[in-house]
Amino acid sequence: MISLTDFLVVSAVLFCIGLYMIVSKHNAIQILIGIELMLNAAILNLVAFGKYDRLNNGGQMFALFAIVLAAATTAVALAIILNVYRQYKTIDPGKIDNLKD
Amino acid sequence: MSLVQVLFYVMSFIALTSAVFVASTKNLVRCIFMFFITLFALAGLYVLALADFVAITQIVIYVGGILVLILFAFMLSGKETLNAIAQQQGKFISINKLPALLLAGLFLVVLINMILKVDVDSLGWIKRSIQTKNEILPDAEMTQNIGINLMTRYLLPFEAISILLMIALIGAAHLSRKEQKI
Repeated sequence: MISLTDFLVVSAVLFCIGLYMIVSKHNAIQILIGIELMLNAAILNLVAFGKYDRLNNGGQMFALFAIVLAAATTAVALAIILNVYRQYKTIDPGKIDNLKD
Repeated sequence: MSLVQVLFYVMSFIALTSAVFVASTKNLVRCIFMFFITLFALAGLYVLALADFVAITQIVIYVGGILVLILFAFMLSGKETLNAIAQQQGKFISINKLPALLLAGLFLVVLINMILKVDVDSLGWIKRSIQTKNEILPDAEMTQNIGINLMTRYLLPFEAISILLMIALIGAAHLSRKEQKI
């Protein structure tokens, strides 16, 4: 069988790729994709540990909740990005630096 | 090496290479479509972790919902966004990426080091779960158990998340409508 360490290593690498995207990208949509990658790494951990909980299904259940939360986050974040674009004509988070319009 | 392990390595290789491609490409549309492949490979990994229901949910919600939403927001936001993004991508110098690369690399080293030191497979509760046969076996049918648990043990989080989804739906619809003069 596959050991838990393999799952953890894969999810650690995914998490670091997501971290790199969040820090380095100049585009709000790509930063959002980086956040999704980090969330997926966390969900992979939940699912891998959830294998050892047959009766209560704790890991799988909270993986499902995390997926639904990610969907809600993305919908609101995309609406905010569209609004920011309408206001500032750019979606580079480094250039959005004044509060009043 | 068994077939399951081969499949695991193939799936994780696909997931990691497409994630690296997502992080490194300059073309945003290509980035989004490669993210599809990452999510599919991750769904495969969930199946190999014996969580088939989570894998199906991943495909339905992530691939069917979130990515289509991102594509819609990106394609509907007009030609100007595309041009602005193209300009931003053009003047990208690789020296700007160095701190981010350093941060992610060092974080990866710390994480991997910790994972190898902890030795997760011999944790106490995992050994106990194997002894008491509380482990999911490959021939188990988990979907029924998940449904029963969702309606009994996890009923409160389930209801809370349904209210939160409704709030998010209303909030997103409110935020993304056109501004009206009152």
